[in-house]
Amino acid sequence: MSRSVKKGPFIEKSLYKKVIEMNKESDKKMIKTYSRCSTIIPEMVGNTISVYNGKSWIPVYVTENLVGHKLGEFAPTRTFKAHNPHTQKADK
Amino acid sequence: MRILGVDIPDNKKLAYALPYIYGIGLSRARQIVDKAGLDPDKRVYTLSEEELNKILAAIDQFGYVLEGDLRRDIAGNIKRLELIKCYRGIRHIKGLPVRGQRTSTNARTRKGARKTVGVVSKANKK
Repeated sequence: MSRSVKKGPFIEKSLYKKVIEMNKESDKKMIKTYSRCSTIIPEMVGNTISVYNGKSWIPVYVTENLVGHKLGEFAPTRTFKAHNPHTQKADK
Repeated sequence: MRILGVDIPDNKKLAYALPYIYGIGLSRARQIVDKAGLDPDKRVYTLSEEELNKILAAIDQFGYVLEGDLRRDIAGNIKRLELIKCYRGIRHIKGLPVRGQRTSTNARTRKGARKTVGVVSKANKK
């Protein structure tokens, strides 16, 4: 079930504050955040937000068509290294 | 009988023939027949020109997106997810389940037929 419209999109308060402040300044720095569940709002467009994936910060450059998604959707938490091919060395 | 270009439902009852159109299921079919003021048990081959037009008008009135347009919409939505490289888009690209299902076993609809990855024995190698 989707979220009630009445509440508006969820976004971490501290992150929201940082984004608003960042928009006032001329030079844009990266904002680091753990808040993967925050919704991307129009105010963030043009900023780069570093999203934590449990290990490192993944920079996400926010463009217009990312609005409405969550930050975590763009910072994958799992890495899949391909299975080993069966070389002679591996089979020994 | 041809409705909306390509679809050729046969000698079935109206309410069960309309779902042959991509984008119309049972409940939409019933709504359309109801709006057109026809009997849902009527067979398609007995339809007159006039009744056919009634159905087309009813479909038009609902403004459903059907057939090619619908297919294009859906493909466009997937394309969008893939372009922005979000989690769901990545799953589409990789051909894995998108909605959090397990992949350790099952997931055969998305992954396709099983591919055996076996050890190549030394005798078979050359």
